[in-house]
Amino acid sequence: MNRIVSIALNTFREAVRDRVLYNLVAFAMLMAGAAILVGQISIDIERLVVINLGLTAVALFGVVIAIFIGIGLVSKEIERRTLYTVLSRPVRRWEFIAGKFVGLAGTLVVNTFFMALAVFGALLYVSRGFKATDSSILVALYFIVLEFFIITALSLLFSSFSSPLLSALFTFALFVVGSFGEDLRGFAALSTGATRWLATAAAYAVPNFSALNIVSSVAHGEPVAGHLILWNTIYAVVYTLMALSGAILIFEHRNLK
Amino acid sequence: MKPSPSVNWIAGLLLAAGLLGSVGAVRQQDQVRSAATLQEVLYVTSPKTLKRMSLGYTGLVADLYWTRAVQYFGSNHHVDARRYDLLAPLLDLTTQMDPKLLVAYEFGASFLAPAPPAGAGMPDKAVELVERGIEANPNEWRLYHSLGFIHYMDRKDYAAAADAFARGSRVPNAHPWLRLLAARMAQNAGNSETARMMWAATYDTSQDKMVKANAAAHLRALQVEGDVDGLEKIVAVFQERNHRLPAGFHELTQQNLLLGTPLDPLGQPYILSREGRVEVRNPDRYSFLTRGLPAGYESQIKPKLDME
Repeated sequence: MNRIVSIALNTFREAVRDRVLYNLVAFAMLMAGAAILVGQISIDIERLVVINLGLTAVALFGVVIAIFIGIGLVSKEIERRTLYTVLSRPVRRWEFIAGKFVGLAGTLVVNTFFMALAVFGALLYVSRGFKATDSSILVALYFIVLEFFIITALSLLFSSFSSPLLSALFTFALFVVGSFGEDLRGFAALSTGATRWLATAAAYAVPNFSALNIVSSVAHGEPVAGHLILWNTIYAVVYTLMALSGAILIFEHRNLK
Repeated sequence: MKPSPSVNWIAGLLLAAGLLGSVGAVRQQDQVRSAATLQEVLYVTSPKTLKRMSLGYTGLVADLYWTRAVQYFGSNHHVDARRYDLLAPLLDLTTQMDPKLLVAYEFGASFLAPAPPAGAGMPDKAVELVERGIEANPNEWRLYHSLGFIHYMDRKDYAAAADAFARGSRVPNAHPWLRLLAARMAQNAGNSETARMMWAATYDTSQDKMVKANAAAHLRALQVEGDVDGLEKIVAVFQERNHRLPAGFHELTQQNLLLGTPLDPLGQPYILSREGRVEVRNPDRYSFLTRGLPAGYESQIKPKLDME
């Protein structure tokens, strides 16, 4: 456990050294700009814009970080030959992958926390207070973090056997396809015979990000069902474990010589 | 190696000059391309395509399209445009992206419905938009109010207006005004008292400052028209009694036809012209006035959006 924590802390420190958290400055400026400008160029949607723009930006900034840092977690270590130093110590390969995942996931959680502060700050500025329904925003942020876990695990999976460029491409493609999870299942239901089976299998294999995206509904103050929180949590944990297991399996058998 | 000071200076100057030059070039480009070229383009017209392109973040896309619709309408309205070809598609895209964006139905319909230059002159499109809003948000009584308003003001279809208000009055927590308006519409749709009720309802039910101000302006105009009607009837009585027009309101007061000089809704005394017409003292302070204006008066006020 200590070894995983050490690798995770090192990954976090490395991300900070890589100036990943600089995106927070851009995010804060985006939120402040939106909060001040929207009231002047549109009608009656200041709150909606702050929530929609804030949560969408949190998600997209995080996805970009998860993909571009995630794909380099393994390949960079191989390139710099630091991986051999790490593995020559009493560290198992699966612990290395798990530590890298926890480190990047932690970076994303910290990043999301500060972005959430900026979103709530902008909301306070435009609304001069909070509403009871604003608590749903926290649930939306939680779902976004779950999405980051899945994407981080996927980028680790791809980077465990592929080049950084291809890993980025694969992960981004899965992010896009996963955003249409519901459409894919709808398409599968409409087809027949072997196509139906294939389409259904593909629809369930790709991550279902559409259920994790509740930005529009929380912007309108709609409550989030407790069951959705439970099932999204279970889904994200299961899918992340699946992708991480795949990454570990491949990495365990990879010839690093 | 230390960077050479001359390189620093030249690079710095080039950077600043490039920045200024690009700003100047963009301004020239904007002048060469007409405003229409920049405005009248809708790159994506299919809501389905737009939804897919948004990767599920439809709320933000709807906000962007709503802002674009407001800007499009505002810029065209500002130059008294007669055509608003992109308005309906923009509102359609906005509401398809976020069917719960009530403001887009309410304000969007008030952009679409009134005749130019106040609006786009597309009341049927406005009805379509609000009906779609009601379908997506059946418990929002404000949408029924908007629908009835368009039928009454812009389509002059009083039966449809009565139906819209009646449907709205059955929605849980509907404002009591809707029941009153439905009844009024069924009995005396065409008279000014009904119009006054419509604007009073709008004033009472809206939370938007702009809408309230607009409703108040309409109510003031209706009050002036009522006052002018009543006062000119009194002038006619005086003329019948004395076989001449009164020299001023004081003569009407002397003959106990009036209690004193009447005041307009802004507290200014009305004027009685030599021809026996009753006029407001400051017509420029009124919008939407059709009576009580000095002869030959041309309003300096731009026609305002007849926003509900």
